[in-house]
Formats: sequence, C-alpha cells, structure tokens
Amino acid sequence: MYAQMVTSEAADDSPEARAFQARIDAGEKIEPKDWMPEAYRRTLIRQIGQHAHSEIVGQLPEGNWITRAPTLERKAILLAKVQDEAGHGLYLYCAAETLGVSRDDLTEDLLSGRMKYSSIFNYPTLTWADMGAVGWLVDGAAIMNQVPLQRTSYGPYARAMVRICKEESFHQRQGYDIMLKMCRGTPAQKRMAQDAMNRFWYPALMMFGPSDKDSVHSAQSMAWRIKINTNDELRQKFVDETVPQAEFLGLAIPDTDLRWNEERGHYDFSEPDWTEFYDVIKGNGPCNVERMTARRKAWDDGAWVREGLLAHARKKAGKVAAE
Amino acid sequence: MTTQSRKPEWPLWEVFIRGQHGLNHRHVGSLHAPDAEAAIRHARDVYTRRNEGVSIWVVEARHIAASSPSDKGPLFEPSESKVYRHPTFYDIPDEAGPM
Ligand SMILES: [Fe+2]
Ligand SMILES: [Fe+2]
Repeated sequence: MYAQMVTSEAADDSPEARAFQARIDAGEKIEPKDWMPEAYRRTLIRQIGQHAHSEIVGQLPEGNWITRAPTLERKAILLAKVQDEAGHGLYLYCAAETLGVSRDDLTEDLLSGRMKYSSIFNYPTLTWADMGAVGWLVDGAAIMNQVPLQRTSYGPYARAMVRICKEESFHQRQGYDIMLKMCRGTPAQKRMAQDAMNRFWYPALMMFGPSDKDSVHSAQSMAWRIKINTNDELRQKFVDETVPQAEFLGLAIPDTDLRWNEERGHYDFSEPDWTEFYDVIKGNGPCNVERMTARRKAWDDGAWVREGLLAHARKKAGKVAAE
Repeated sequence: MTTQSRKPEWPLWEVFIRGQHGLNHRHVGSLHAPDAEAAIRHARDVYTRRNEGVSIWVVEARHIAASSPSDKGPLFEPSESKVYRHPTFYDIPDEAGPM
C-alpha cells in the first residue's frame, strides 16, 4: 500500500510486552507517552514514515498536470487535491514524530534512499486522462487501506487516518469524474482514458504489496493492529469494487482472465508482474530517479527559507525579550 | 534510522481550533513553524482547508505540561470513588415532582 513491505520486528516476551499486547487485544489505543516495545515503535516509525513520504512524493505525478489542466475549474480542483496530499504528508509526519524521530531525520532518510515510498508514484503521468486514472484507481486503492487503519492501535496514527479518510473521497470522485467526461467525449478522448486504465491497472494492484504467501511481516503487524487486513484481502476488495465502476465507464480491464467467480462471490483476476514490482521498489522504475531528484531539489532550494525564517524569528524574539 | 539532526528545525507547535461559534477550541494536531504568526498561517493551510474552524490557537509544544500515563491511577482514582458527586446517587421520590 502506501506503506508496502514494511519490515516488522519480532516482539519480545517480557511481562511488559505481554501487558502491552493485552491492551491492544482489548482495543485500547496506545498513546505517545505509554510504554511500548522498541520493536513496535521502530516498526511504526518505518510504516508511518513511508506512508508520509508516499503522500509527499505522490504530489509529483499530479503536480505535473496542474499548469496543463484543460480548464480553470479542473486546475483549481487538481490544485486542491494536490494540496490535500501535502496535508496528508504533514499529518503523518507529525504522528511519526510523536514516536521520537525528528522531521528532518525522516526527510533525510527519504532523500538518502534509506526509507521508501509507494511504488505507484514511480510511474509517469503521460496524458490528462492519467489524472482521472490516478484519482479513481490510486486514491481508490489508498482508501481501501486507509479506512481500516482508522482503527489502528497507535492513537496519533489512527487520528491522522481519520482526517485523511475524510478528504480522500473527494480525490477518488474527482478522478472518476474526469474519466466519465473522457469516456463520454470524442473517440480519441475515450481511447486516452482506456490507455490510462491499461497503464495504471497493474501498478494499482501492486500498491497492496506482495501476495500473502510472500508477505513475511504481516503476522506481527496484525497482532499489533498496525495492519488490519492482509494484502490479498484488500486487493480482492479493490478489484470487486472497481470492476463495476469500469464497466459503467465502458472501459475494459486489461486482464483476459478477469471473470466473476460465482462460487467465491468475488472476481478472479491476474496477479501483477511481481518482478516488475520488486524492480521498481529497488529504484529501477520509470520515474524513481526523477522523483528523488525533484524531492532533493525542493529540499536544497528551500534551505535558505528554512534558515532565514528561523533566524528572523530568533532576532524578533530577542528584541521582545530585551524590551 | 538516523537520530541526530544536522541543523535546528523549526519548533513544533500544537494547534487548537474552534470549529464553530460557541464551542471550545479542540486539539487537532501539530506542525512546525518558525514563529507564532507563521504557525497560525500554516495551521490555516494544514487544518482548515474545508471550513473546519472560526478561530485558531497555537502553542509551542515545549510549553505544554502533561500528566504522565503512570499517574493515571493516583491522579484520577479519588474522583472515581466519590459517587455522591453524581445526581444519580440520590433517590428522590417521584411524588416530589420533576427535579
Ligand atoms: Fe492522500
Ligand atoms: Fe488522495
């Protein structure tokens, strides 16, 4: 998902750790000052950090189209959507910071490649229809994962998710609205929408992370309630919800094996190419270098602003104290 | 995970927002800003993009004193045992009329 393949560390077996697990089992929220196992704390920093980084890097593929949106209204909508994603990143960084990591440490860890962000944002956005596909499919997939996380065990993370979920529905609907317009437009526009669908379908499925049989870190994270559903459960739910939406648009899902399975009560579908997934995670996706270059440039170019405003604030505070 | 920062960060501020006239300010989250004025401006952008507030308070996080979780027992127990502080403790006959 926005946090894919987060390495979860094993819990120890101390009495404190068992009491801690009992609190989680009882549905209690863990708050920043509460005792928690080191492994829980470190795993959460990685997960929330990766989630935050995804929101921030996720602005880039859509930011690419702000100046080229087809109408002023679409431009205002896209701008508002991208601004929301910045907000999501900020809510999540604050949640991570309550675990004792600093904002700058998180940023440096992203920029140095020590921390990851979701594989989905390493794909290019080539046409305006991609703004539709991203909102509908990528935010749609994100919603699948984020809705249950509102019940996660760590209080600040759960509260950040509540705020985020309130805003995500607008993201998905504006994307679907773009797709609707294009599918009801000229044949060329419809082809553009289908092309976007073809390119984003499998990368969207990859967002949920590897198949459960290859997902080594799930059990501990689920016991701690920092992961609520398995990757395959969420992927299935996403497919089941998306197929009728695609049918309504008149778009084909690029999967010849996709069919309704009466017995299971779910759609059968093809798995994405996991070799491609691991390759993108390793840094070899079509846009990994571009994304990280953009983030590094923003961080370096902003340094004088951060330092200048801090110096100004200190000078002002000094004056007030002297008066 | 690195634990040491190179340059000083903008301080952390806790943000409180009054959602509607007549309600208390409520804690909604935190953010970094160089000073109070900027913190309010950032809070507007980060926490009130959809009309969530009519008033914003910010306070630097280091100025907040908090009870510790281990105090929970001794700090709150005394009020738990004083059931007579609640109106339901008293049995008033119905005949006395509404009260
Ligand atoms: Fe988001
Ligand atoms: Fe979103």
